[in-house]
Amino acid sequence: MKTGAPSIRRRLVLQLALVAALLSVAFFLAVRGVAGNATEQTQDNILAASATSIADALYSESGAVRVEIPYSALSMLGTVSEDRVFYHVIVDGETLTGYDDLPLPQGRSGSRAPVFDTYSYRGDSLRAVVVTRTLTAANQPRFVQVVVAQTRLGLEAISSRITTTATAVGVAFFLVATALSAFAAQNALRPLSRLADAMARRGPKDLRPVSAEAPAELAPLVGGLNSFMSRLGAALGRSEDLIVEAAHRVRTPLATVRTQAEVVHLQMEKPENRQALRQMIRAVDESSRSAGQLLDHAMVTLRSDHLETEKVDPADLLRDVVDRLGPTAGLRDIAIHLELPDAPLRIEGDPILLQNAVRNILDNAIKYSPAETDIRVSMEGTGTCRMTFCDQGRGFEAADIMRLPDRFSRGSNVGDVVGSGLGLTIVSDVARAHGGTLEIAPNPEGAGACVTLVLPCC
Amino acid sequence: MRHACLALLLILQAARVMAFEIEESHSYPAGESQLRILSTADQSVFDPIIRAFQTEHPAISITYDVAGSTAVMSAILDEGAAYDLVISSAMDLQTKLANDGLALAYRSEATARLPDWASWRDMVFGFTQEPAVIVVNNRLFGDLPLPQNRAALIELLRDHPDIFRRRIGTYDVRVSGLGYLFATQDSRNTESYWRLTEVMGRLDTRLYCCSGEMISDVASGELALAYNVLGSYARARLRDTPGIRVVEMEDFVSVMLRSALIPAGADAVEEAGQMIDFLAAMAERPDLAALTGLPPVSLDASGTDERVLRPIRLGPGLLVFLDRMRRDTFLRSWVSSVKQQ
Repeated sequence: MKTGAPSIRRRLVLQLALVAALLSVAFFLAVRGVAGNATEQTQDNILAASATSIADALYSESGAVRVEIPYSALSMLGTVSEDRVFYHVIVDGETLTGYDDLPLPQGRSGSRAPVFDTYSYRGDSLRAVVVTRTLTAANQPRFVQVVVAQTRLGLEAISSRITTTATAVGVAFFLVATALSAFAAQNALRPLSRLADAMARRGPKDLRPVSAEAPAELAPLVGGLNSFMSRLGAALGRSEDLIVEAAHRVRTPLATVRTQAEVVHLQMEKPENRQALRQMIRAVDESSRSAGQLLDHAMVTLRSDHLETEKVDPADLLRDVVDRLGPTAGLRDIAIHLELPDAPLRIEGDPILLQNAVRNILDNAIKYSPAETDIRVSMEGTGTCRMTFCDQGRGFEAADIMRLPDRFSRGSNVGDVVGSGLGLTIVSDVARAHGGTLEIAPNPEGAGACVTLVLPCC
Repeated sequence: MRHACLALLLILQAARVMAFEIEESHSYPAGESQLRILSTADQSVFDPIIRAFQTEHPAISITYDVAGSTAVMSAILDEGAAYDLVISSAMDLQTKLANDGLALAYRSEATARLPDWASWRDMVFGFTQEPAVIVVNNRLFGDLPLPQNRAALIELLRDHPDIFRRRIGTYDVRVSGLGYLFATQDSRNTESYWRLTEVMGRLDTRLYCCSGEMISDVASGELALAYNVLGSYARARLRDTPGIRVVEMEDFVSVMLRSALIPAGADAVEEAGQMIDFLAAMAERPDLAALTGLPPVSLDASGTDERVLRPIRLGPGLLVFLDRMRRDTFLRSWVSSVKQQ
């Protein structure tokens, strides 16, 4: 995947992770809030129970209010934590017993329900409760307030423990959720990657509609792809038809012109007229050849995009081409020597393209060879199949070798010979389409050049 | 009744005014730093501990002042006396000092190893567990069966007024902080405490300030039986005192934790901490336990038999009996039970 390209999966994971993070934070706040309230409530409840049990131990004796603080009233406050404990019993505003400077919790008054308050006393923050009672002593109603207070260290310890736990659980939740998101995103995108894999695996000529099962969301894409491919298939078919059609349309009239020219040539008697006709015939030959090469090139370009490979015997290929071009060479007394190995070789390739390439090399060699010379066609192969064509022509300028395979590029020493500059381009394209190379070198046996088509064999 | 009450209040008040009175003062000069200890334990008991401590910490000079537990309380609470370490058998008073913010927190490896029930708020550290026991005079007891629980003791006292009249001793809980602690714990733990007190009152029980004197009087034959004597002192005296016996009750035994605390005004906090560490690790010094007769807090909690031995729990519950009204009510009941004439 190209970096920087937007990734659906990354976006999906990021958004899910963001949601998980928000949920984690919400969870953390909720737990801390609820648990914090619960612990505060617990402390309040114990304080209220303590104050109530002191209030229940109030009694009047000889007209005086007395209290016998139950052991449990204070000991219960020490069961949960080791907090400091203070209490204060007030009768009609006068201290009866306890810490007489312990302040009254401030809160809504007039109710008999316990009133809670948090304040600072002797350097510590206290949670305090006041419980009120009315008692009759010496026939007088006496208003009694029982204050019990406790420091909040235990509460803070519990609350920090809750915070730690909530943090740990929140983080764990986030991590698990993120991992699951990644997994879910992977899972959700699986049909997409399956589709991409199926497309990548397809052969170059495979333009069948996609049949892989696609989720509903991908159906429009798959539909679009299928219709695009069917249009592409039709267009390709038309191009191929056009090339074949063009080849016929151009070559057939040219052949007619040439035949007629030859007939006229035979009937001409004036040497200058015969000369003119010979030039005409040569030009027609060249046009026919160029047209053929252009069509070859177009064919190669088209077919290279989607090779139709089969097992090809290179020896047959060479024999066939030498047979076909033998007469042309014979006209100029050029001898073609074919040297084939005994062991059969096989090439995986497009036979039409390979034939095109081999024909173009030999055609070139014949064209640039002087009369009464030899052309050696040989083949050898272990692992790769090397088909070498050596002529005794003018050879190549060293500076040209690199650019010769370029389209319409010709050697700097061939100005006197008509040519399109497409021959080696075709060969080079075919070689590349088959994973092979084209080698051009001077003929080691003297003048001329050797062109070698190197193809992998199987 | 009201006069008696007033008189008692006056006595208490008077005790409080003249409270801080040092009974003994000893100094153990050594190195540069000074550690001032205020303790309720006799110097003779604590002497081996201080010497062993100074062997480990030769740089620390120690002043060891002895006072009664209430005196110790008022010295710190009311007078803000300058001490670095307070060692007291009155757990309730130590708890009150810690609760009222007059103690410093201290944490160390040694204190962390103490069992939960032996420390409170990282301020009060119990380092001995000393049971309340009965000490009897063998000769005066004669063939009488040794009482194994409080019900049996009540029965025994009732049945033999001839032997026990004016021959029973116990703490005067108005004077002794430890006696008050044991008495209040007894009253909390058993219904028979008040019956026992009444029986003892009827037999003209003699009241003592301190365990030492009770043990001496039992040994001399002045007393046939002493109730709620500090077991550690009694056991220490057994060796050189023939004719006495120590009995642990089988219904329950109150166990007092002698505790140490660093008062808020301490200067030598570090040295005090070192002494606390030393005391907390006494279980690893059986030689000191043998020399002092102070049973150290066992570091593995399984060592105590929970059914019978009841270590008095450090914590706010101890503040209840320090409540002035509760104390007043308790003392009134106690006085009316013990002093019946």
